[in-house]
Amino acid sequence: MLTCKESSVLLSQAQERPLGLGERLRLRLHLLACAGCTNFSRQLRIIRAAIRRQRDEDA
Amino acid sequence: MTAPGTEELEQLRPYLLRYALLQLRDRESAEDVVQETLLSALEGRARFAGKSTVKTWLTGILKHKIIDLIRRRARDQPLVSDDDDGSEAEAADALFQADGHWQQFPADWGSPERALEDKRFREVFELCAKAMPLRTARVFMMREVLELSTEEICKELGITPTNLWVILHRARLALRECIEIKWGTAAA
Repeated sequence: MLTCKESSVLLSQAQERPLGLGERLRLRLHLLACAGCTNFSRQLRIIRAAIRRQRDEDA
Repeated sequence: MTAPGTEELEQLRPYLLRYALLQLRDRESAEDVVQETLLSALEGRARFAGKSTVKTWLTGILKHKIIDLIRRRARDQPLVSDDDDGSEAEAADALFQADGHWQQFPADWGSPERALEDKRFREVFELCAKAMPLRTARVFMMREVLELSTEEICKELGITPTNLWVILHRARLALRECIEIKWGTAAA
């Protein structure tokens, strides 16, 4: 079972590279049981969207 | 198809400046690089093929100019100083317990729409992004603002993918921690 620390590393790397099948499965299993990491995963997507919005919004 | 006029290019200056400032974080270099971009665009406007919008075309030129600048800077100042690396590693480790659990569970920020529409979230986000250490910010913004791939960033900065992913991960951990503390306080 992945720890939260390990999951957070994989969630971040998922924004950089396609994860392998084993990595994806272990991550899904962890996320099923862990609300904190599920929130972290959403936060990463919000952060990415927030930067793009700040970059692109009309002056 | 007509070549874009001076006015049309000039209207995009605020957008270009914001884009450059996010990446470079210093107004003088950002203004210089935008000025250079607008000049190149004026000189080369006959070559604007009209296949994309003027905005996309200008953004492409700006991106190249910024990458040139980063490349020159990377030569002058090596990217990851040991000091920064040590303190950021400690900061990242401090967010977890010894057994790998979060010290504090990341909170539910609600839907992306809700967060992005919240003025206070946007203020906090800008503040926290500005608080990032300079070297980390440079790498993080290459990924998030310039949207360069792992290969491109590693090539420009002479680092390995593993290095890069560690830097990006620590940057995200620090950024979300900062946002959560400041935004949470504001909401309470």
